[in-house]
Amino acid sequence: MKSKKCALAAAFPYTLPICAGFLFLGASYGLLMTSKGFSPFYPILMSMFIFAGSMEFITVNLLLSSFNPVYAFLLTLVVNARHLFYGISMLDKFKGTGYKKLYLIFGMCDESFCINSAVKIPEGIDKGDFMFFVTLLNQIYWVGGASLGAVFGSFITFNTEGIDFVLTCLFYVIFLNQWLENKNHSPAVIGVVSTAICLLIFGADLFIIPSMVLIIIIFYIMKKRGEIKL
Amino acid sequence: MTLQEKIITIICVVLGTMTTRFLPFAVFPPNRETPEFLQYLSVVLPSAIIGFLVAYCFKNVSFISGSHGIPEIISMLFITLLHLWKKNTLLSIAGGTIMYMVLVQTVF
Repeated sequence: MKSKKCALAAAFPYTLPICAGFLFLGASYGLLMTSKGFSPFYPILMSMFIFAGSMEFITVNLLLSSFNPVYAFLLTLVVNARHLFYGISMLDKFKGTGYKKLYLIFGMCDESFCINSAVKIPEGIDKGDFMFFVTLLNQIYWVGGASLGAVFGSFITFNTEGIDFVLTCLFYVIFLNQWLENKNHSPAVIGVVSTAICLLIFGADLFIIPSMVLIIIIFYIMKKRGEIKL
Repeated sequence: MTLQEKIITIICVVLGTMTTRFLPFAVFPPNRETPEFLQYLSVVLPSAIIGFLVAYCFKNVSFISGSHGIPEIISMLFITLLHLWKKNTLLSIAGGTIMYMVLVQTVF
């Protein structure tokens, strides 16, 4: 029991920026849904079971257009295709985490993946427990934010414009940390440049899968040529 | 849409999301040898994905209209300097966010 508490205490500080970002983004999502005439149960249940922020915003529009479940499924695959990358990266790290593994995979949003893949887990802390609490806390913030926004959203009166930038800052600071830690910067550069190029060519709605394909192709060529040593 | 159709749509989105999250683990279970190229990817991909996510956050920023991405660029430069100076993750994230909020609410 004590080791679980230590893992929770170790995980909590890493999730603080996500707490700020998710409470406000979740609240704006909850507020958006109720403002479109949905009962608060929709954002609460959807944030719990879909738990993929950008897709939940898109689902609001799906629910307001004509019924097309096949399109809904395929669109989700495209928007969330980046999760395939997360899974491939975590195949080894999630090994030996027992029954928690199912929840770690279910709850692997961008932010949980980011922390769980980048953070060196402190000595003496079980990696399964640490990653479990990171994932669980993040989901609590998101569902909490969505619920608060759905029920009390119309009472928010101070100016929160720009608060969602906290998630950009989170990714960027983790990027900087990895840059300072790693000697080999090519994977990081390949990630940024490939995505930026695909964003310019394909635009905001279509760039995700081309970026992933481009990144894989570049790594494949580099491995063939032996340019990145493990 | 009827209530039933709404529920089916939501279930489709849940199934789609879970497919993208569970697929790699279903295809490569722990007892099966992971192919060499995937082992290689699992080493190099995490850094590349963080880079992908940084660029991903700029998907709705227009550099040719509106504020031209200037508040974003100033805030990122500020984070870089703050982080190289103090090397405190939470401080850098908080500093960058506050800088951005002040810029978009008062200047731009």
